[in-house]
Amino acid sequence: MDDIVITGIGFTPVGEHWEVSLRELATDAALKAMQESGGLRPQAVYVANQYAPVLSRQANVGVLVADFIGLHDVEAATVEAGGASGMMALRAAYLAVASGEADVALALGVEKSTDRVGPDVETALSVVLDADYEAEHGLTPAAQAALLMQRYIHEYNAERAAFAAFPVLAHRNAVGNPAAMFRRAIKESTYHRATMLSDPLNLFDAAPLADGAAAVLVARRSVLPPEMPQPLVRIAGFGIANDTLALHDRDDPLDFAAVRSSVESACKRANCSLEEVDFFELYDAFSIYVPLILEAAGFAPRGEGWKMGQDGSLELDGKLPILTMGGLKARGNPGGATGLYQVAEAVMQLRGQAGDNQIPNARRALVQSLSGPASLAATTILEPAP
Amino acid sequence: MPELLRPERPVGIVGYGAYVPRYRLPAKEIARIWTQGRGGLPIEEKAVPGLDEDTITISIEAARNALARAGIDAELLRAVWVGSESHPYAVKPSSTIVAEALGATPFTQAGDWEFACKAGTEAMVAAFGLIGSGMADYALAIGADTAQGRPGDALEYTAAAGGAAFIIGPAEESLAVLLGTLSYVTDTPDFWRRAQQPYPEHGMRFTGEPAYFQHIGSAARAFLEATNTTPQDYTYAIFHQPNAKFPQRIAKQLGFTPEQIAPGLVVPTVGNTYSGSAILGLTATLDVAKPGDRILVVSFGSGAGSDAMAFEVTDLIEERRALAPATQDYIRRRTEIDYATYVRWRGKLVLK
Amino acid sequence: MDISRHWRNRKQRYRLVGEVCPHCGAKLFPPRDVCPHCGMEAKTVETLVGTGTVYAFTTVRQAPSDFAEQSPYVVALISLDDGPMLTAQLTDLGDVEPYVGMRVEMVTRKLRNADDERGLIIYGYKFRPVLERALA
Repeated sequence: MDDIVITGIGFTPVGEHWEVSLRELATDAALKAMQESGGLRPQAVYVANQYAPVLSRQANVGVLVADFIGLHDVEAATVEAGGASGMMALRAAYLAVASGEADVALALGVEKSTDRVGPDVETALSVVLDADYEAEHGLTPAAQAALLMQRYIHEYNAERAAFAAFPVLAHRNAVGNPAAMFRRAIKESTYHRATMLSDPLNLFDAAPLADGAAAVLVARRSVLPPEMPQPLVRIAGFGIANDTLALHDRDDPLDFAAVRSSVESACKRANCSLEEVDFFELYDAFSIYVPLILEAAGFAPRGEGWKMGQDGSLELDGKLPILTMGGLKARGNPGGATGLYQVAEAVMQLRGQAGDNQIPNARRALVQSLSGPASLAATTILEPAP
Repeated sequence: MPELLRPERPVGIVGYGAYVPRYRLPAKEIARIWTQGRGGLPIEEKAVPGLDEDTITISIEAARNALARAGIDAELLRAVWVGSESHPYAVKPSSTIVAEALGATPFTQAGDWEFACKAGTEAMVAAFGLIGSGMADYALAIGADTAQGRPGDALEYTAAAGGAAFIIGPAEESLAVLLGTLSYVTDTPDFWRRAQQPYPEHGMRFTGEPAYFQHIGSAARAFLEATNTTPQDYTYAIFHQPNAKFPQRIAKQLGFTPEQIAPGLVVPTVGNTYSGSAILGLTATLDVAKPGDRILVVSFGSGAGSDAMAFEVTDLIEERRALAPATQDYIRRRTEIDYATYVRWRGKLVLK
Repeated sequence: MDISRHWRNRKQRYRLVGEVCPHCGAKLFPPRDVCPHCGMEAKTVETLVGTGTVYAFTTVRQAPSDFAEQSPYVVALISLDDGPMLTAQLTDLGDVEPYVGMRVEMVTRKLRNADDERGLIIYGYKFRPVLERALA
């Protein structure tokens, strides 16, 4: 089969863009991706967005974005799958070009979370939960992560202080990312002083919701001219798996089963093993997710993922670098756009364009987005196109 | 002489249940805010509902306890009647929510009763009639309140939260059989609350002699006369308890001893639970009563009236008592709060 | 105003009416009509007992607007003695510190005011430390 390749990426800085609208953010990212692709124009546009209907009173974001980037007479739709929306938009674009229904497709994620402030934002964030059986009982995504964190510490005798390692690493890596929301390293002592959000989870255990847009243009390799402006990156495989939406419906809440099965199937599609993965862009919406993901993916034994934060193996020069451009914690979490930031950052690493954060000889990236506590795990494996 | 109200078919209490919230506001804490701690205190402390409690939630728990003791399926209840002066909705029955929560819907009567502090006994008397007529076998009567007093007012020291529930059924299934009942009602404006006003008005010293003492005393005397009994014929007695002093004084006036009213005198540590007041005394008394004991209850509701009723405890009390928490179990469960917490919880802070 | 969404769920909310799978016997809460254990249709109504154990708990300090007036409050995952796990608030804690493994029992309480003071009062299950009883 023809390779499906990423021809261009584009994204805005992540942060609080008070003066910029949803459509302007999206346009900025889309035009950059199209420009990187030598002016390729997509026939299909899939726009990932999580919160515009509640935060910006805007649904039908797919059509809005396609319209404002000057694309008419194309297929356009919104893709929503919680925190995995961005990755699922890429999946839709991939399927469109792989099936031959389109030659070129645009996956774009956009979030404008600063259109509201205060407790209304917490209410909006809670729409990703089970409305009748979780949110109606006062649960929030942060509280849900706190439940996992408390149980994890209880069950495995993990050190509470050890969780500092993940945000500290994220912040250190974000220093080298010009698009990151927080480009400053933090000390462990800063972490330990942070405001409690939902015990035992503090402000630094939670990635900040932010504004941003990221775009990824994909095409079948055979339709492209021989010379392209940017090195091509190949989508070697996808693996997507769901679990129960509500955390309480799981037999074992500390097992991110969807992570395991989506990584296994992505590796199978890409015909590679975990040992052959050079780095892992994972979904650190909350620090507790990091050990749970590492364990379920197979990088650490059950109950020991937290130790990987202690021994340097997750650093840029470690054996499995993660969050190479700051992750959700320090680059910021622009909701529906997040998955496409993760992909764009992996593409930069594989192209050798990651600047100060470049991982030497990065040949294979594992990229994974989650909706909630792995209610959906969407994983892809990227490689430089041969 | 008024004739006793007594049904053709003997009836009684098949199951009973109490509920008192966990939180307590000491009277001295209220006095600290309003009188620099000076002056006498009408009780030690009062029960304050948690942020998530109201007359409906109190009724539900008291009724679940009554069902547990009765050992009957909620679907057998043919009436769910909730007496209160603090129904959470001005319009929309508390009783339908309570009935639904118990599993008594849909083939049941449901209604809310209001008569200041005697709405609960009013519902009980109606239930005696419903069962006594043979129309139905089981009816649930509840008295519950989350009473409010104006900040700084004398009532603030005592206005408390709690409730009691009774499943009225055939005498042969009862743990206490009804001996009879009698009511005494006049238009006496000792206490009222106009529509849309948050706090009640009261007649201060007028609430004593012409109201409380006149009505309870008259109802009790008429009841004793109609039943040809004397205070010595009763093991226990309970009189509406708006403060610690009134029920003790009326008991003495009528010839009852301190020992007779002791088990039911819960007001010093619970406060005045309004529609729950006299009947919470009844549940506390049933918790310690023995087969053959006779119990007299006289409620009082401002406006004004009293329902007198008496029961004789049966052998069934022994096996049913432990099937649900005792009134004292709730009273023992106690967390003290300060006035500021009370002010927040009771909605006295303007938030929007 | 969202009325029907709450009204529809009243039996589950007020008194833990769930389901039992007629094929494998698993108790289901929330009701979901398809048994997650054996995959068969499971629509037999069953009211759960309402006692359980705290699996994990947290104090929510940044409440959504619907819950702002109650903040801070404790939310927990409860392993019901009947089998299922559910999410619910812990209430009546007073000065009691909750802990993993704490025994709790279901009570029906106010979950929140819908909309505002003019709206519906939403009632539903919460759990509290098992009441200590002198006689049991």
